[in-house]
Amino acid sequence: MADVTFTVDGKQLTAPAGTLLIEACRKAGIEVPAFCYYPGLSLQAACRMCVVRQEKVGKLQTACTTAVAEGQVFYTDTPEIAQARKATLELLLGNHPLDCPVCDAGGECELQDMVFRYGAGESLYAEAKQHREEQQWSPAVFYDRPRCILCYRCVRICGEGMDVWALAVENRGARSVIAPNQGDSLNCEQCGMCIDVCPVGALTSGTYRYKTRPWEMKHVSTVCTHCADGCKVTLGARSANDGAEIIRADNRDKSGMNNDFLCAKGRFGFDFVESKDRLATPMVRNAAGELKPATWTEALNAAAKKLKEVHAAKGGTAIGVLGSSQTTNEENYLLQKFARTVLGTNNIDHDRTADYAAFADALAGHKDKLASLRETETAPAVLLIGGDPTNEHPLLAWNLRTNVRHHKARIYIVNHRGIKLERQAKAVQGVPPNGYKDLVAILCSDTNELAKGIAEEEQLLAVIGQELNGKALTDFVAWALKRGNVRFAYLGDHANSRGAADMGLLPDRLPGYIPVHEPGAFAAEYAGLPTKPGLTQAGMLAAADKGELDVLYAVGANPAGQKDFKPDALKNTFVIVQDLFMTETAALADVVFPAASLYEKTGTVTNTFGDLQLAQKAADHAGVKGDFEILVRLAGAMGVDVKTLVPFGTSALTADLGQSRGAQAGEADRHAVWLAAHNLEPKLSPFDPLAVLDEIERLVPGYELDRLNLLGGNDAPVHASLPENFVPLEVLAAPEVPATIVPTHDTLFTSSVFGRYSKALTELKEYQEGALAETAAD
Amino acid sequence: MPKLVSHPDEVKIVTKRFGMGAAAIDKYVELGGYEAAKKCLAEGPDWIINEMKASGLRGRGGAGFPTGMKWSFVPKQSPKPKYVLVNGDESEPGTCKDHLIFLHDPHSVIEGTIIAGLAIGAKLGFIYLRGEYRYLLEIMEKAVADAYEKGFLGKGIFGSDVEFNVITQSGAGAYEVGEESALMESLEGKRGVPRIKPPFPAVVGLYGGPTVINNAETIASVPHVITMGGAAYAAVGSERNGGTRLFGLSGHVERPGVYELPMGYNLKKMIYEVGGGVRGGRKLKAVVPGGSSTPVLLPEEIENLGMDFDQVGKAGSMLGSGGVVVIDDQTCIVEFALRTISFYQHESCGWCIPCREGTDWLKKSLTRFHAGFGEMKDIDNIQYLAQNMMGRTFCPLGDAAAMPTLGFVKKFRKEFEDHLNGKPCPYAKHADLAVV
Repeated sequence: MADVTFTVDGKQLTAPAGTLLIEACRKAGIEVPAFCYYPGLSLQAACRMCVVRQEKVGKLQTACTTAVAEGQVFYTDTPEIAQARKATLELLLGNHPLDCPVCDAGGECELQDMVFRYGAGESLYAEAKQHREEQQWSPAVFYDRPRCILCYRCVRICGEGMDVWALAVENRGARSVIAPNQGDSLNCEQCGMCIDVCPVGALTSGTYRYKTRPWEMKHVSTVCTHCADGCKVTLGARSANDGAEIIRADNRDKSGMNNDFLCAKGRFGFDFVESKDRLATPMVRNAAGELKPATWTEALNAAAKKLKEVHAAKGGTAIGVLGSSQTTNEENYLLQKFARTVLGTNNIDHDRTADYAAFADALAGHKDKLASLRETETAPAVLLIGGDPTNEHPLLAWNLRTNVRHHKARIYIVNHRGIKLERQAKAVQGVPPNGYKDLVAILCSDTNELAKGIAEEEQLLAVIGQELNGKALTDFVAWALKRGNVRFAYLGDHANSRGAADMGLLPDRLPGYIPVHEPGAFAAEYAGLPTKPGLTQAGMLAAADKGELDVLYAVGANPAGQKDFKPDALKNTFVIVQDLFMTETAALADVVFPAASLYEKTGTVTNTFGDLQLAQKAADHAGVKGDFEILVRLAGAMGVDVKTLVPFGTSALTADLGQSRGAQAGEADRHAVWLAAHNLEPKLSPFDPLAVLDEIERLVPGYELDRLNLLGGNDAPVHASLPENFVPLEVLAAPEVPATIVPTHDTLFTSSVFGRYSKALTELKEYQEGALAETAAD
Repeated sequence: MPKLVSHPDEVKIVTKRFGMGAAAIDKYVELGGYEAAKKCLAEGPDWIINEMKASGLRGRGGAGFPTGMKWSFVPKQSPKPKYVLVNGDESEPGTCKDHLIFLHDPHSVIEGTIIAGLAIGAKLGFIYLRGEYRYLLEIMEKAVADAYEKGFLGKGIFGSDVEFNVITQSGAGAYEVGEESALMESLEGKRGVPRIKPPFPAVVGLYGGPTVINNAETIASVPHVITMGGAAYAAVGSERNGGTRLFGLSGHVERPGVYELPMGYNLKKMIYEVGGGVRGGRKLKAVVPGGSSTPVLLPEEIENLGMDFDQVGKAGSMLGSGGVVVIDDQTCIVEFALRTISFYQHESCGWCIPCREGTDWLKKSLTRFHAGFGEMKDIDNIQYLAQNMMGRTFCPLGDAAAMPTLGFVKKFRKEFEDHLNGKPCPYAKHADLAVV
């Protein structure tokens, strides 16, 4: 809409016609208080805090419902308005309990802030306040009825935002209360969004309530460690006997690409890091075959000794390395570099949940066609193939719903099952579970409603679930590229599934999906890089079973936890494990290193859309170390010059790196040259993962960083991608045993190994199964 | 059936068929019913709206908005269906006029609805009765069924090719639903809470379609406007206040009841001649002129007061719904104020803070005050509370509660102060003034 000019408090403002006055004022730095107004949700005009005076209008007007027009004149700060706001607060405080000293929201309560700012310090009333008992609606949500000021944010976020509609108003007048949908309890997705938006302490979190005061916590904004969407989560940590424990996770800092959103896992599922089952001491299997606590030095030496021996005797082919889709990019990069340059093996893989390599191949040369997650909130048309975002990618589902609500986006769904997002869909096409291979045929049909709808769309965002892989994926991408104006995203399962693949935790691919047999720039960078593809995870286990794999080094990987794992497959293999818990694999291990979770370390992760974010250390757990540090120490224990792995320090690399590595004779270090060219300082510690991030940026195509943006806590799309002229040489390069891609199908309350150790998620899962059973019985 | 009252000063237009069995469709037709609708069908929308404008008929719900003007706001072309909605959610204490219309002359409501539909180009009308009027719904439903039977409703009304349908609906018992947009929410099956305006119903109303919503008395007046002609109807009333009004005279009068009097009729005359004076020859203490939400008037303020929207407004009150409540000198005004606020506290929907909390605290304060536990500062607090509700609430209910309270405190401050001395209540109580 065209811009209009209007006046607020004597200041000339300009905004598009129809902008809500409250938004225009806030943008211009003019304070307009409100309880019920919440950007993105429907308007209520109920709290009457945002009243302003409009010239030539009889009554005070609510700024939240006033659309600005040319020439209007407003006042937001007059004695009359101050009095109106004060009176409203006096009325609210009439029944609101003044239990601020023990209230969870004390210190971060909007009502407290407003009273502090607008007055109402005196009580006018002599009568008793209304009192009602507090209710527990679910393990996650408690409702203290007297504290509720009826702003209806919870009702709207649950209905409009989550499409769950579990909350409503009951009774009327001063007896009005918010009521849940199943008698006195909630049958919902337990996202806890209602708690986040509650301006007061009426809705409180089952995992946090009465545990601490907000100002006693250190609030750290980091990336959620559960699914592959990469929500920003604010962790509240407090010092504890064994470090700094996380007390709360919420969305206090709303600067992430998840905006207002956070799901049950992000909000309640952090407690696995505080589990009493966390490993906190290294362990080594003794001569008697028992796994016993050891010092870090003993454990590192035991692992280093074995690796060196096997490497010396049989070479890298007898060693296998498994990484994780839940560790950081720097750790993953370093792990594959360690495997390839120190252990001399391409036997490296990870728990693959999606076929990112095939996706990268199919889109070689089309880096600009890869979509960021942010686009799912604005794309005019979205084709969702497979997947169940509501359960597996809650932020994606939230964005798609928001997009439909705010921008009238058209959603097209192809799926083999019924999914909740169908409610927002323009067209739905069912397929048999194995029917995705016919996708292109469906899209080419003249009679299919979905195909007809898509044909009319100018632009399309294709969000591809794991159901589509291999040839079906390639065929679809080819069709879409031919159609034109299509952008792509591919859905994996874990916090860094995409990052693990991007960083080359693959037996046939280097970082950036570069084939090992055509290593390009890596040939010069990685001394001794083997150019024959290594073994996949399945291949390694098969080799181990045949007695051909002497060492398996599993960093955050749990192959023994897989369904098809043969119980004694690793009996002849020396197993080194880095993990948080005594997993099935750790129980078989010869050396176990206790590792830090994502919440206890710093590093970058890449969500499944390719948005890079910085995870920041929030908590501490005595005894554990980050995977990055363990790797560097292990290399050190093996006698490796760690500078060849982590480019740190100012002295630059020495040894033979003059002629053999430098581009020009006499040049000491290509990394130092790159750093200088980018105005960057070398990192000073080998344990600083950002030193490796520099190397990633230098070597991985597509990982171009805006450092200020990244370090400022923002997300940035990075798209590791292959060049246009790339031709996958499958015959030459395919691993002997093909990779298995196993989607985890985590729900809202499960999260692979972490979920098992999260009491909160376990409890919610059991509760929700019970609630559903109750509904079914009705 | 309640006894009908009568007085020679009455001008019987809307009530002319009362007591004549006009609820039966044949009787209604025999008395000239449905002729106005037929005429409108022949004359067309522009003619109807012009007649309505000429009549000076103003909304009988209380706001007094000119009906013809309201109808003319409905866009001629609309991609969504248009609707006529009859507001029969008569809930204002002191008001009992629509009740008699539904009882004695239900077809006049149907006929008025048809005419409104013809005027705006709607095919569907809804007649919404308050929840407490469920027993009248049977009468309305029978009337509608009879009208369908006769071909006055349905496809091709009165033998034409025009379709018009009527659906009746009962509320669930909420005063708030008398507010037009809350009524639409209720009719749509939702919680009866008003909507944000704009958009106004004429543009976005029921189910998102352009909607004319009129009070039942307004709608029942429509056929008579058409029959008499707009100008003749206007001539009955006072300046800019066309026609007659059904005044519900109640309280301490000798002959309470609903009287149809020309707009602008003198209030003092209404009480002393039409109503036969204050009951038992007592002195008049005050009058509530237009339903419980209108500020109270003192005897000296009604000397020359003509009962139309403009004159009562000028006197500092409102004509409102035409419910005139007479208060004699033995009534405790504090108790009266408490009774009034108790109603609004009970009926506040709770949507916005000033009304939800304000009515509740006013009731609490007045209860304590009347019981003899008040302090001097409470009088100011009560006034302060009411002042801070005025004009600040989401819908007019907050004003409806605050306005009378302010009037009572302002005009009877001494009676409030007397409660502090002659505890608990220094005024004799009427047994029939129950505080709920």
